[in-house]
Amino acid sequence: MLTNYLKLALKVLARRPFFTFVSLFGISFTLAVLVTATAVLDHAFGPLAPEVHRERTLFLDYLILEGERSQRSGSPGWVFLERYVRDLPGVEEMSVYSEPRRVFAYQTGEKSGLQLKRTDAAYWRILAFDFLEGGPLAEADVDGGAPVAVINETTRDRLFPDGTALDREVLVEGQAFRVVGVVADVSQLRTEPYADLWVPLTATKTSQWMEEFHGDLHAMLLAESREAFGPLRAELAARLAAADVPQPERFDRMLAYALEPFEIASREIVGSDDDGRPATRELQALLVGALLLFLLLPSVNLINVNTSRILERAPEIGVRKAFGASCHDLLGQFLLENLVLTLVGGALGLLLSVFAVEAVAATGWIRYADLQVNLRVFAWGVCFMVLFALLSGLYPAWRMARLDPADILRGRSL
Amino acid sequence: MIRLEHVQKTYRTDRIETVALTDIDLDVEKGAFLSIMGPSGCGKSTLLNLMGLLDRPSEGTVRLDGEAVASWEDKRLARLRNQRIGFIFQSFHLIPDLQVVDNVEIPLLYRSSSAGERRRTALAAIERVGLGSRAHHFPSQLSGGQQQRVAVARAIVGRPDLLLADEPTGNLDSHMGDEIMDLLEELNQEHGTAVVMVTHDERLAGRTQRTVRLFDGRQVA
Repeated sequence: MLTNYLKLALKVLARRPFFTFVSLFGISFTLAVLVTATAVLDHAFGPLAPEVHRERTLFLDYLILEGERSQRSGSPGWVFLERYVRDLPGVEEMSVYSEPRRVFAYQTGEKSGLQLKRTDAAYWRILAFDFLEGGPLAEADVDGGAPVAVINETTRDRLFPDGTALDREVLVEGQAFRVVGVVADVSQLRTEPYADLWVPLTATKTSQWMEEFHGDLHAMLLAESREAFGPLRAELAARLAAADVPQPERFDRMLAYALEPFEIASREIVGSDDDGRPATRELQALLVGALLLFLLLPSVNLINVNTSRILERAPEIGVRKAFGASCHDLLGQFLLENLVLTLVGGALGLLLSVFAVEAVAATGWIRYADLQVNLRVFAWGVCFMVLFALLSGLYPAWRMARLDPADILRGRSL
Repeated sequence: MIRLEHVQKTYRTDRIETVALTDIDLDVEKGAFLSIMGPSGCGKSTLLNLMGLLDRPSEGTVRLDGEAVASWEDKRLARLRNQRIGFIFQSFHLIPDLQVVDNVEIPLLYRSSSAGERRRTALAAIERVGLGSRAHHFPSQLSGGQQQRVAVARAIVGRPDLLLADEPTGNLDSHMGDEIMDLLEELNQEHGTAVVMVTHDERLAGRTQRTVRLFDGRQVA
């Protein structure tokens, strides 16, 4: 039965090349855009190196002090993190590091703009950077505020085009840092590991940052497992509820959450509720809504094309019904035909998306983007295709299956 | 085998009500060969559709082996058509994109049989109508008479008890028409298949056991 259906499906596609072209173009273009978007999302949120433990990692990058008339929000400082975030239950490792800051390096008479991040040693234990030369910042480097640095591959090639960078100096804002390691570039979309240059958290001209409640620091919490997220978050909430809020004349509560990257993105893109919790559901709804809307337009087009094709084939339906096909049989047949069309279009779309992904990466919009149509993205592509086939095939197939055989067999020829 | 009792068929639209058949009583027994005659629009095809369980009467009863079929659901009717009834249409209704053998296989697709078994049965039916050498041709590569033979092969491939032929020779010249008529007679006589044939041709009707005549939706003979 399947062979008979498939044979016919391919013949029908060949019968009207223009219709087939319109359908295939719609499907492949839509899927190429969706797969490219998925590749970007996967690149931002997927468990890729160096964030190999992302599924059990939480981040704390935002602190809100709130009063009746005042609010202060931004990255937390050392005092807050040490006092309320350090030693939370279920945390295997905690890292404190700064936001990336744009600095200038002066090398061989040239000025280069770099993103600098200050980190502790735990940062290098949690994140699995790919070291091309040397190694990470050591505990002793951080404890002693040693003027050492890890740089990325692109920075090495810019600053030391003549060869290795190990043990050579980078001059940043009047401070010389000796290079102890070189790592592979990390995409700008991976906000926590991303930088061009990493130096010890303590390698600063003053120690004023150690007295700040609000500052420019983030905390990365590697939990023992995802199950530890609940107790960890509950303990953090309890600590904050019982805390002495600084400047009590202005502020009466303190809000901070240990979040997953998607939750952070939700807060940045959509916002948060009155208690500062990220609007994760809203972002999910937004993404699903955008996906459906994006699928809906070509689906409506495909529904029209499919309906035209179907009406041409009304006598065939009459014959099949006369010889024993039930509505279910016909529904199955035409959904299968549509699936074949969608799979052909989908294969083209996936091929197209490989070029599209490369094109997006080549624009340089996302620094160090290494976008790929990998297996995970491919699986999403297949899901989109099946959804597309169902959306665009169900209505015409249903309409077709319900045609009255007595009506259509009355004197019409194929 | 199939019996129509006081059957009436009315088509209704928003404004118009058209009576296609009125008070039809007809009994088709196993092994019968009936012809139905009448002017165009007198309800011949409607009668055939009711006998073929493709349509339901507005009033009256259709019985199959004594059982009224009115309340049977789509799936059961589809299964019965598949197992017991074969159709031949005036304009053949072959699927142009499929080879002869794939067209003939269609009734078998809705039964539980293996692909190999289906293919063997279809090829045997094609041999039976004398088109063994054309099994892998497409309908457009065949003459009208050959196409109607393929349609006959498709109708008999599932070994039905009842063959309903709606002007099977209407699009053929008299020579080809006779060939199709010979085939139908052979099926009726050798296999005991009941045949009901709509025709405008008195000569062909004369070769059947009984002729039912319709006029303005009524049975007049």
